[in-house]
Amino acid sequence: MEVVYTLWLRSIKRYVRSKSRLIGSLGMPFFFLAILGMGLNSLFTVPGYGKGYMAFITPGVVAMTILFTSMFSGIQVVWDKRFGFLKETLVAPVKRTEIMLGQTFGGATVALIQGLLILSLSYFLGVHFSLMSFLIALPYMVLTGISFTALGIAFASQMEDMHGFQLIINFIVFPVFFLSGALFPLEGLPSWLRNLALADPLTYGVEGMRFGLLGVSQISPVTSIVVLTSFSFATVLVGGFLFSRIRL
Amino acid sequence: MDSILKMSMVKVQELTKVFNGLEAVKKISFTIEEGEIFGLLGPNGAGKTTTISILSTLLSPTYGTAWINGHNVITDPDGVRKSIGVVFQDPSLDDELTAYENMDFHGRMYRLPRSERKKKIEEMLTLVDLWNRKDDLVKTFSGGMKRRLELARGLLHSPKVLFLDEPTLGLDPQTRRHIWEYIERLNRDVGITIILTTHYMEEADKLCDRVAIMDADKIIAMDTPENLKNLIRGDLVIVKGNNAGKLKLISETIEWVRFIGAHDGMVTFSVDEAEKRIANLIIMAHEAGVQVDSIQIRRATLEDVFLHFTGRNLRAEKSNGIEKMRMAWRAMRR
Ligand SMILES: Nc1ncnc2c1ncn2[C@@H]1O[C@H](COP(=O)(O)OP(=O)(O)OP(=O)(O)O)[C@@H](O)[C@H]1O
Ligand SMILES: [Mg+2]
Repeated sequence: MEVVYTLWLRSIKRYVRSKSRLIGSLGMPFFFLAILGMGLNSLFTVPGYGKGYMAFITPGVVAMTILFTSMFSGIQVVWDKRFGFLKETLVAPVKRTEIMLGQTFGGATVALIQGLLILSLSYFLGVHFSLMSFLIALPYMVLTGISFTALGIAFASQMEDMHGFQLIINFIVFPVFFLSGALFPLEGLPSWLRNLALADPLTYGVEGMRFGLLGVSQISPVTSIVVLTSFSFATVLVGGFLFSRIRL
Repeated sequence: MDSILKMSMVKVQELTKVFNGLEAVKKISFTIEEGEIFGLLGPNGAGKTTTISILSTLLSPTYGTAWINGHNVITDPDGVRKSIGVVFQDPSLDDELTAYENMDFHGRMYRLPRSERKKKIEEMLTLVDLWNRKDDLVKTFSGGMKRRLELARGLLHSPKVLFLDEPTLGLDPQTRRHIWEYIERLNRDVGITIILTTHYMEEADKLCDRVAIMDADKIIAMDTPENLKNLIRGDLVIVKGNNAGKLKLISETIEWVRFIGAHDGMVTFSVDEAEKRIANLIIMAHEAGVQVDSIQIRRATLEDVFLHFTGRNLRAEKSNGIEKMRMAWRAMRR
């Protein structure tokens, strides 16, 4: 536990110190919210969701923030390989899986904080929700963060090169985001698209948060929590396995 | 078997590492007793870092095995990891953390209890003169400060065996001497066993109780620096002349002169009672038609021992080129 905490603490310290990363990674979600949300808010409301387009995409944009931050946090592992710090952890008498778990929780915490920042921003932009709805949405945010951080680490442990890592993660993150129903309702989609959306784990994160924040969703919150929990276990297992096989 | 192992702090048996067909280390064996400072001396690419990586469980050997403090590196890596501290050749600090935080991270990884951790961090940072910089980010440190911090970190958990891979590489002479002092003090006061690699012969000579000279994947000689230097009888005479081949021939005709090696137009001999006989030697060279440009007499160093065994200089001029190629090759792997 001590080891997991140590790695977690390091991630948080590094996060707090790099202001550019903090602000830079909030840019895109902010524009999605402010421009897409506000721009389309007056044009239409999504059927079944009373509160307008802005409110509709808020859970989606929060999910997007968490997705991007958590997947990219795997870069820490590539960085450590490249700049030697990984050796320091690998010669210590600790289990590789402990190191990986620490990295995962660290990345997930950072992703969660970023998500919360966007969520509070949306509050100021006029999307109001109660504390209760926030508390319901929270577990979905946490699980989304954990699972995609672990996935990022799984990729990172296979890679040596930072640009390569960024390319691959971009390649994955964009389809995962656009297919997740973050920006449009699942209802009324052509069935092939709908099936793709249902195969996308992020869909369950978005839908879970939507249920919490807006009180309405098209996938039952129980299904969402079950799928997300299973996905988290799977990615942590795969990530832990791949991480423990890193060779220098 | 166990009782034999207990006697030596480090025991290495026919250790071999092959990287895609390239033999980096080939069947090396040695033992190190508790409290010894043992040096691996050799040129770039000799296999020093590979040896350290295997002994510190970062790499597994292709063949052969080793024990540290009675723990086998293959079957009991965790036991080995608890017994060792490592200062790697390449930097391994977190630049975004402060000196104190790097130490604290390490202390927690080795599960030092809180109060002991605090005490030891202060003690170690003071030892390497970094206590007053403890709250500065490591990225603001100079190369020498980083090296000292790594040394302090490697010692934090009081390891039985400390590995130092090129501890003073790229440091200025003053910092180098400082680090030598720390190393000697540690060994004297704490009795810690130290394995260090270097390609500075004066470093090996000054610090090590015993030295293994490595060249191209093998150990070619191993003994105390004194004994190694005594392998070369007499003093060294280095002659720069216009005909190295003839100079070598002359040496073969005189019984008090022995040829050691030739490099960059200079020929090295060992000569008994060199001061007395040097004039003789010059005359003989002259008679053989060799024009002598300069001549130098000095005591043998480990460098000459290396030359004696390999016919090459420890730090050949080409090493820079080779080093660049290895860097490029390393970069390609990334
Ligand atoms: N990971 C690796 N994969 C393939 N070859 C390697 C690897 N690491 C080292 N080598 C090769 O093994 C040989 C020994 O390298 P090593 O780093 O052990 O030498 P060294 O004695 O430490 O040299 P230096 O003084 O330059 O640090 C070299 O030829 C090197 O190119
Ligand atoms: Mg080396």
